Amino acid sequence: MGILEVTGVNKKFGGLQALGDVNLDVAEGSCHAIIGPNGAGKSTLLNCLVGKLMPDSGSVTFQGKNLLGLKPHEINQLGISRVFQTPEIFGDLSVMENMLIPCFARRDGSFRLHAFETVAREKSLNDEAEQMLAEVNMLEKRNMQASSLSRGDKRRLEMAMCLVQKPKLLLLDEPTAGMARADTNNTIELLKDIKDRLHITMAIIEHDMHVVFSLADRITVLAQGTPLVEDVPERIKGHPKVREAYLGEAQV
Amino acid sequence: MLGLNKADTRLYVIILIMLIFAPFILNPFPDGSSLAQFNAGYPDMMQKLVIFGIFAVGFNILFGLTGYLSFGHAAFLGVGSYAGVWMMKLLTMNVIPALILSVLAAGALSLIIGFVSLRRSGIYFSILTLAFAQMCYSLAYSVLTPITGGETGLQLSLDDPRVIGTSQTASGNIPVPHFFGIEMGQGITIDVGAWSFVFNFGYYFAATVFALAMFLAIRLFRSPFGLMLRAVKSNQSRMSYTGLSSRPYALAAFVISGMYAGLAGGLMVAMDPLAGAERMLWTASGEVVLMTILGGAGTLIGPVLGAGVIVYLESIISTINEAVLHGWFSGLPAWLDSVFVTIIKPFVGEGWHLLLGAVFMLVVIFLPGGIVEGGQRLGRLFRRDGARGRKNGAPKNGAPKNGTDSAEQPGE
Ligand SMILES: Nc1ncnc2c1ncn2[C@@H]1O[C@H](COP(=O)(O)OP(=O)(O)OP(=O)(O)O)[C@@H](O)[C@H]1O
Ligand SMILES: [Mg+2]
Repeated sequence: MGILEVTGVNKKFGGLQALGDVNLDVAEGSCHAIIGPNGAGKSTLLNCLVGKLMPDSGSVTFQGKNLLGLKPHEINQLGISRVFQTPEIFGDLSVMENMLIPCFARRDGSFRLHAFETVAREKSLNDEAEQMLAEVNMLEKRNMQASSLSRGDKRRLEMAMCLVQKPKLLLLDEPTAGMARADTNNTIELLKDIKDRLHITMAIIEHDMHVVFSLADRITVLAQGTPLVEDVPERIKGHPKVREAYLGEAQV
Repeated sequence: MLGLNKADTRLYVIILIMLIFAPFILNPFPDGSSLAQFNAGYPDMMQKLVIFGIFAVGFNILFGLTGYLSFGHAAFLGVGSYAGVWMMKLLTMNVIPALILSVLAAGALSLIIGFVSLRRSGIYFSILTLAFAQMCYSLAYSVLTPITGGETGLQLSLDDPRVIGTSQTASGNIPVPHFFGIEMGQGITIDVGAWSFVFNFGYYFAATVFALAMFLAIRLFRSPFGLMLRAVKSNQSRMSYTGLSSRPYALAAFVISGMYAGLAGGLMVAMDPLAGAERMLWTASGEVVLMTILGGAGTLIGPVLGAGVIVYLESIISTINEAVLHGWFSGLPAWLDSVFVTIIKPFVGEGWHLLLGAVFMLVVIFLPGGIVEGGQRLGRLFRRDGARGRKNGAPKNGAPKNGTDSAEQPGE
């Protein structure tokens, strides 16, 4: 029994079958990679998990609880955070404020009228936010406006915002796209460390096979909305079906 | 001080000093001089300045922080006024219960209007609030006439049932609003040379309420709640995937700003116990939008400055007529006099809206951050000069005093 179970999920956009009978079982504490060519339905699958899309049929459970029909903020409060393919951050706010918002969301829940506290005086939350910024090497950018960051920095900020919530399940949609090689390696190290230290379960979508094989315990290959194979990385590498799906798009 | 950081404390102390000394500051020209008409240090005007200051500060909590642009806030101002007058008719001429009812009534109405309007965002939200406010205005003129007094407005009368207090004074007059016995109209006038300064109790009462309202606004800006309101403006989608429900935050901001508007409406009738439906008209809603944008939306002090400029222009510029203009230029040759008068005339008197429009246009085009941004640019200019001065070995007067410019620091 996995922490996240997806059974028989279907999603159609008009005539396009974006997801066809998808099953996924993510074991607690593991890192599960989802790979596949562009347009395979990977992001659509994540959208069905976080309440952004409602599948046409099938079921999604997290720790035995049904997720379908819940609002995005309710799903997050259950312990699921997501890094988006195009960074979703608070562009008008400073990097530090971006970090503090998830801190308060974790402590106070989805709504609280805390108009008489002072942000700057919540010492422990400020410390936590700074510590996490330091872990992604962005502490010196704490006062910058988030929208002025580079694409790679936006991604790292978004990841830090998700991690500081200490989620049980972290969903990552191409977390290293647009990052320089060095930053990609740092990100791999960070995610490895987080996984070992905090036991955060991860589902990661990634085109960079170096990242995938460094992190994943299991890999699902998705093509045209349907899972082709699911196995451990060693056996995915030379799998004929996978080669076929990618048509040499990436070196598997 | 009181949970404010250093910069905010400095800003707040400057505001307090300005409030206390307003009768001097706003009365720089001696009585009887040709410039005396530009003085704003008389009670009516000063009361109006702080009351509209409260209105704008509250509006900014909604518009400046969450980005939701309401075009219906005058409805809450109007309801606050009606509620205040009714409290004075039925219970007591003490203004405190009147203000409490004003705030509660406006809060209740804004809860309903906000709940419905916040189902939409952007232009649709604005249109919904506008529609609601116009409905309130029409209702006040039609079916609600027994409560609102219709066209004549709601006023006190000699046979009000007033439970605490009397319907009439011993001399058969309508009693006046007071604060535990101190009448709003009371005051002292001090004559200094050609100047005469009026210290009016009503003004100081309203200024105290303003100071409290401002203090609450500063605390709110710096609170986690304020941070969430700015998150609403910035990215509601990220908010929801961070476990936050943006709707109740926006609604809370809407209700709080509605209550500020109600407080302003209540203070208006505490100064002058008469409430009319025109206070709810859409132009009044538009005015507070102008104030906030003109001063600098999302900044702490901007809306107050914007309110000040607009109230001042409206009251002072609208009294200047052709005769006054000819008076100014009487020393010039007749042809020059008529040239000047012809150029200026459209912008004064009845035409003060034209001047306001021109000022607003210039500010929005050249200073999108409003008056506050202008102040900041000036401040930066001085600071840069100051730094250069120090480098050149002139440290004595090179360093600028961080006086006025830091008073205009934005709310971020
Ligand atoms: N909201 C939507 N409405 C209509 N079609 C959509 C929508 N979202 C995705 N699709 C379509 O569904 C298919 C799968 O898209 P999806 O974004 O899930 O692919 P992906 O595997 O994430 O690809 P990539 O690697 O490029 O990110 C694509 O053909 C896409 O055009
Ligand atoms: Mg995708």
